[in-house]
Amino acid sequence: MSLVVATIKRDLVIAARNPGEWLNPLMFFLMVLALFPLAVDPDPKFLAKIAAGVVWVAALLATLLSLDALFKADVEDGTLEQWLASGESLYAMALGKVFVHWCISGLPLTLVAPLLALMMNLPEEAYSALFFSLLLGTPILSLLGAVGAALTAGVRSGGLLLSLVILPLYIPILIFGASAVYHAGIEMEYAGQLGFLASFLCIAMTLTPFAVAGALKLNLSR
Amino acid sequence: MTRSVPVDPSSRFTTHCDLSAHNVSCERDDRLLFEDLNLSVKKGDLIQLVGPNGAGKTTLLRLMAGLNQDFEGEVRWCDENIQECFQDYARQRLYIGHLSAIKKVLTPLENLRWFVSSWPEVKEDDLWQALEEVTLAGYEDVPCQQLSAGQQRRVALARLLVTPTPLWILDEPFTALDKAGVDWLEGQLAKHVEFGGSVLITSHHALNDIPALRQIELGMHK
Repeated sequence: MSLVVATIKRDLVIAARNPGEWLNPLMFFLMVLALFPLAVDPDPKFLAKIAAGVVWVAALLATLLSLDALFKADVEDGTLEQWLASGESLYAMALGKVFVHWCISGLPLTLVAPLLALMMNLPEEAYSALFFSLLLGTPILSLLGAVGAALTAGVRSGGLLLSLVILPLYIPILIFGASAVYHAGIEMEYAGQLGFLASFLCIAMTLTPFAVAGALKLNLSR
Repeated sequence: MTRSVPVDPSSRFTTHCDLSAHNVSCERDDRLLFEDLNLSVKKGDLIQLVGPNGAGKTTLLRLMAGLNQDFEGEVRWCDENIQECFQDYARQRLYIGHLSAIKKVLTPLENLRWFVSSWPEVKEDDLWQALEEVTLAGYEDVPCQQLSAGQQRRVALARLLVTPTPLWILDEPFTALDKAGVDWLEGQLAKHVEFGGSVLITSHHALNDIPALRQIELGMHK
């Protein structure tokens, strides 16, 4: 267990010294939301109508952008080999890795999304729904994405493959997330969608680390 | 480059190395690397695997370390299959592959701290001392990317001094080391086996000065 904690700490330090790596997806998110109103009909009513979907799609693609690097460096420099050699649980290790990934990708997205949604003229009632749907949804994106990242970690230019593997799995999260925000915007009940996201999160948290651990093991046994 | 070691050799390790391979055969891409190989590593052994490139030295090393399960036969630690007592085994052996698992943005000290996090009994002072011994004193706070390849290798090898394991499994540890580094490492290997430890090593470097040395030649199958 101590190695897992040490790895989490170490990865956070690495992220702090390499801000470019995690700022890039955040910049992408910002740019999409800044450019969208310029490219479509700038009518506030129209923007308000599409805001929920645009913010969620941008958050999803920004997460996808950050996934490719999740295990790549660890596979290439031998860190993964040392994990496996340590005999510590790969399940816990996978959860730790995803936690760090979420801290530097999903969490900042969740925090800045309400600010950027202003540019999309998101209805006032929808802000808390946006925040909570992203808070529940982005960890799922990280968890599911980790499975794809682990499968493609040993593949050269696995980015395309990763998107193909992961995007279909992201669709339900996108639908429930965006629909929660949209329904909040037209003053309808949205607890159901958040409930779905919460249960997805529970399932993903318990099951995906198994898949990640298995995929990483496979990567190394060659 | 001297280091104080316990005077009584038998007190250095609580467990002694008892690793053995039984009728191990391994095939890669339809090429037989070795067949029905038997190998035993006991207290005080220094075993060097030799053979041409592609002979399967690293493969044998990795399967002895428990990192590769794609082979026939059995590897046992203290009369138990290593996969069944893997956690126990992992604590008793140190594996350093040809990938050094050094994170370039971290300092030697931070890297070393991560390496030994599975061994909570290792003290912070020991780490400083180990870095001093591998002549990296003064570089503790320099990111590893500013160090030369040989210095980075020394960071990885500093683990030999701080990890309290009886068995060392080393894959080409002499790579990138200068003359003084090679002499130092040879001295460490000799000292380790003298104090009841064991070493399994692949290297193209001649280790003839160490009396305990046994060589195993691979690559006889064509």
